[in-house]
This record gives sequence, structure tokens and C-alpha cells, in this order.
Amino acid sequence: MITAHINGISKKIEFGTTISDLINKLNITNKKIALEVNEEIIPRSQFDTRMLEDGDQIEIVTAVGGG
Amino acid sequence: MDLLKIGTRSFSSRLIIGTGKYKSFEETRQAISNSATEIVTVAIRRTNLGQHKAEENLLDFIDLNQTTLLPNTAGCYTAEEAVRTLRLARELLDGHDLVKLEVLGDAQTLFPNVSETLIAAKQLVEDGFQVMVYTSDDPIIAKQLEDLGCVAIMPLASLIGSGMGILNPWNLGIIIENASVPVIVDAGVGTASDATLAMELGCDAVLMNTAIAAAKSPLLMAKAMKNAVKAGRDAFMAGRMPKKLYTASPSSPASGLLPQTSKKLG
Repeated sequence: MITAHINGISKKIEFGTTISDLINKLNITNKKIALEVNEEIIPRSQFDTRMLEDGDQIEIVTAVGGG
Repeated sequence: MDLLKIGTRSFSSRLIIGTGKYKSFEETRQAISNSATEIVTVAIRRTNLGQHKAEENLLDFIDLNQTTLLPNTAGCYTAEEAVRTLRLARELLDGHDLVKLEVLGDAQTLFPNVSETLIAAKQLVEDGFQVMVYTSDDPIIAKQLEDLGCVAIMPLASLIGSGMGILNPWNLGIIIENASVPVIVDAGVGTASDATLAMELGCDAVLMNTAIAAAKSPLLMAKAMKNAVKAGRDAFMAGRMPKKLYTASPSSPASGLLPQTSKKLG
């Protein structure tokens, strides 16, 4: 198991987890998201292949109402 | 056709509305519809983790074929945060490059931090964004932002969400006079007459959120704002009559009046 920090919350995840796996696990059905690992934007095309590492800081954002 | 041209895009509506503070996404959708806006702002925030499968998403309530999204940097206090937010927004919206930059300086007044705004604007333009920028009503800063390559200058009329209307029409006038990109009043509009006044001053468009969302009937206010912006634009294009101080000018003919009568009343 490794620990990743997702939107500020620490989570234990299995070694070898890809970003796509993580998104499924978190139940994020919203297609309109953007994601950073350690302040680097990861394009959607890399979600299936990019594996998470211990200590990764992950930010997942979406569009919300605002002025 | 009187089109609003912002960067590489053209719009027929001159009203831009925010999507915050509505009671529901359905109300947001109806307000957008009633306002006939073609541009709506959205904020970028962390997703909720562990959300329900059926959880609604704002973007499902916006017709993206008819509406251009304008992701903003509301809540950012540094140039770095703002640039980071808009890079994420571009990824989120599949390369969409039209954005609203705002860098705040103070949580009490939400007044813009113009020095951070200038730094962020420069970087975003270099990154290929088309930047619509929220700023103070300082004509020098407005010009500097334009010179950096911003596609629209968006001075406040008064504080964000205050509904205080246009506090300094003279500064807005100077900014409009000097600008060769659209000038859009952003923030402070409280009611329809504020929007009309902004357009009569020569603003190219008006951006508002709270004026509609916090009205007793947001849906009716959305319609009022559509009409107000249209009326103000038409009046500006028509060119108002000159003001005459202390001297009336009759609207009816001075000739053809009845002769003096000899009969007295009473």
C-alpha cells in the first residue's frame, strides 16, 4: 500500500493504482474534471497509464457555480 | 449586426452572467435562459470525494452549444494560484482558452490586487490564453492590462456582490475612451438601471452574478437585465440628445396655437 493525498485527504491505495483506477474507486462519474499530480497537470490521455506513487499530492477539480 | 467581439469570438448578447449563488442548478439554467446571455462564468474547485453517482453537475445544466463558458479565478490571491487555476480550467474544458482573470487583494472588500493581476495576465497571455481581466477602475492599470494583450478589460463598478451600482462613471468613461478592446463592467451592478447606465456610458458589455441570483425573483431579474443591457446599448448607439441647462425646449409646435380668448373663467 502507498499513501496519496487527494484534495487534501490522505488515502491508502494499492501499489500499481493508475489515475483511472483511482477515479473509479473514488466514484467520480463527472467527466469534466482536471487533475494534477504534484502540481503537474496530467492530460486525460495519460489517466490509464500513469501510476500513482507514495506521497503523491493529487488535486482533482471541476467547474462549479461562480461569478 | 451589432456584435460584441472578444478576442477571436463574437457574441450578439452583451450580458455576461455568473452561475454562483442560485438556489438550484435548475434555477441557474432558467436564469441563463431568461437573460439570453451567451457567456457564463464558472469557478474551478476541488471535486467532492465520495460523491453519489447521481450527484448533479452544473455543466449538465448549461447548453454548451449556445453558451460559452468563462472559467474564472475567483478566490485566488496570488498570480501563481490564478495561473494554476486557469491551466487546470483549460485542461478541464478541452483546451478552451477564453478565461476571466481576477486576483483578489483583500477578503473584506474583494478589491483586486492589480500588481498580482498584471503578473498573472502577462503569463496567461504568453501561455496562449485569451484573458478577460477583472480590475479596479484605474485607467492606467486598465491600459497596462490592455498593452499586455488582454482581450477585455473588466473594471468594477463597485465592490463584488455589493449591488452599489456605478460609483465612478468618470473613471469608467476614461477607461472606455482609451481602450481599443471591449470594456466590460464587472461587479457592483445592483439593478437594471445600473446595467443600462453602464451601457449608456459606452461599456461593451456588463458582467453580473449577485444582482440576478440575489433578487427576490432571479428569473424576472434575469429578464430585466437582458432588457436593461439592450436598452442601454441602443441608447448609446442612438446617441443621446445634448443636455440643456436651465432652458426648456417645447416638444410641441410653437405655431398654430389658438388665439387669446376674451372670456374669463370663473
